Amino acid sequence: MASSAVASPRIALRHRLAERGVDRTLLLLLPAVVFVVALFIYPFVYGLQLSFQPQPGSEAVNRYGSGPFADYRNFFADPYLRDTIWTTLKIGLPAALFNVLASVPIAYRMRGRFRGKRTITTILVVPITLGTVLTAEGLLAFMGPTGWFNRILMDVGIVDHPVRLTHNYWGVVFSLVITGFPFAFLLTLSYLTGIDPTLERAASTLGANWFQRFRHITLPLLAPGLAITFCLSFVLAFSVFPSAIMVGEPARQTRVISIAAFHAAFEQYDYSMASAIAMIMGAVELIVIGLVLGWRARLYRGATGGKG
Amino acid sequence: MSQTKISELRLDQVSREFGGVRALDGLDLTITGGEFVALLGPSGCGKSTALNCLAGLLPLTGGTITLDDRRIDTLQPEQRGFGMVFQNYALFPHMSVRSNIGFGLRMAKVPKGDARRRVEEALTLVQLTEHADKFPAQLSGGQQQRVAIARAIVLEPPLVLMDEPLSNLDAKLRLEMRTEIKRIHQTLGLTTIYVTHDQEEALSLADRLVLLRKGRVQQIGSPEHVYTEPANRFVAGFMGYRNELELPVGSVNEKTVVLDGLGAGGLTGVRRDDLGERAVAAIRPEDFTVGAGPNATEVTVEVVEYQGREQAIQARTDDGVDLHLRAGTRLAPGDRVTVSVPPERVLVFAAESPAAPEEVA
Repeated sequence: MASSAVASPRIALRHRLAERGVDRTLLLLLPAVVFVVALFIYPFVYGLQLSFQPQPGSEAVNRYGSGPFADYRNFFADPYLRDTIWTTLKIGLPAALFNVLASVPIAYRMRGRFRGKRTITTILVVPITLGTVLTAEGLLAFMGPTGWFNRILMDVGIVDHPVRLTHNYWGVVFSLVITGFPFAFLLTLSYLTGIDPTLERAASTLGANWFQRFRHITLPLLAPGLAITFCLSFVLAFSVFPSAIMVGEPARQTRVISIAAFHAAFEQYDYSMASAIAMIMGAVELIVIGLVLGWRARLYRGATGGKG
Repeated sequence: MSQTKISELRLDQVSREFGGVRALDGLDLTITGGEFVALLGPSGCGKSTALNCLAGLLPLTGGTITLDDRRIDTLQPEQRGFGMVFQNYALFPHMSVRSNIGFGLRMAKVPKGDARRRVEEALTLVQLTEHADKFPAQLSGGQQQRVAIARAIVLEPPLVLMDEPLSNLDAKLRLEMRTEIKRIHQTLGLTTIYVTHDQEEALSLADRLVLLRKGRVQQIGSPEHVYTEPANRFVAGFMGYRNELELPVGSVNEKTVVLDGLGAGGLTGVRRDDLGERAVAAIRPEDFTVGAGPNATEVTVEVVEYQGREQAIQARTDDGVDLHLRAGTRLAPGDRVTVSVPPERVLVFAAESPAAPEEVA
């Protein structure tokens, strides 16, 4: 009698754990956990603690002493460093916004089945495979002062002098659009095809024209997906580095925050300053994503009736 | 409630092709105001195509649709103003029940107070007043269906289209909702076209049935007419004539015919077609009686299904023909019994029914 009383809670415990999803299949998560710890958490924590240990002899220590926040104070006190946040936001936010907004009508038009869909999708997605360096090369050749684009503009007579579209702000924005758009488009398309097409047909039988159907049915169901797409596009754009150097003006107009971090790490060999910049960069991204997701939390996020 | 009543909807040679395949082939149909018409047929017969063409969700490839002398087949769905109930309900998941029902009124820019009153009326009609602020995902299947119906009828459309609205419900709920649909139709008198593959549903709801097969009309008529006098062997098969016995033709008279086989005296039945050498006798299981009588034949009971008041029996004649019949008396597999069927309950059709179209290419 007593032994069974002891044995039964033991069985019950295993059952109770299993009911909460604790069983041996959890071991399948082990590789992922190892990867996350080794490749994300450890470097992150290492960088975080490094950012609180200013390097002796560095500019920050000379100015603000060797306290843990010297690097951060240095960053925010020096306009040359501090302004990289705005510079990057000024490039990243419009580029991400444009990519998301431009992908909506195209994906909306392409959500159904039609001939040649695969071809068009492939053409739209190819830039994602090119890589930033190739895109930058192409932009320089095409949009540069002697590129086709300016030659056509001048031949047609729209402008007298070549328009400067490379080695400045616009060059970087173009580059981010070219590489970021396919990504936003693919995400938006998959969110859109997850919306049951009969919902729009139902709306049309209820008297809604195409704009009303889009405005009242598709857009509200798509908005949470667009928020995610925007966040991912923004993170990609915010960490812009190669194109800011190759088609931008890395000394001034497109001196983005990753250039500042690179400069600190590999030209001044001040790793703690570079870590502090990286942490600030992450914090800015988190703030933007937090704002977007906060807005998203107020939207309907349930099933959209489609294939999901 | 009667400002949108129509007097006549006419479909004239309405056709729809999909890449050379005629899904709907020359549908002629005139519907008078207030009528409840069921389009009935197996899957792929063109009934949903017909409904989508009517709603404007599919453009026609031929023919015209006129509503009270106004041609409507060139109008966009939003300009037709028909209410439609979809098979999967198609409720807007991000809107409350109330907003779902009020969506059409909002699109039509009906003044707010008026719209609110009409939504409340519709909610009362489908008995969902206490669920008005819930979202579709919080409702059961039957409740979702009620919302879909309320949403379609709140605009008092000239025509309500229903696309197999009960097929996603379980058997009990299906019966309940069937009564509900009938009640709503009786209350509002809205002209309704109802698509279904369930003959029982069609018979119980509709004023008129349209039987379709491979895009062509097989028969149009009242439920009684179609039930008792099917136009061809396909309609007979669909209307519960479960026994379809293909037999050689013996002697043909003006109205009756004797087929060889099934019992010593052959099978006498009513001639419904011009007959060739072989013909098909269609008999309902419930028209067989166990015991001696006309068209008597001896069978061996093979499968017995208990169904409450009676049993559904599958039996085999000595010639190896399977018969489906019903019996009130207790039978067991292996029993030898004599069954008979009155000649007037045996409908004899040509083996290849002339009314049934050939395969469309």
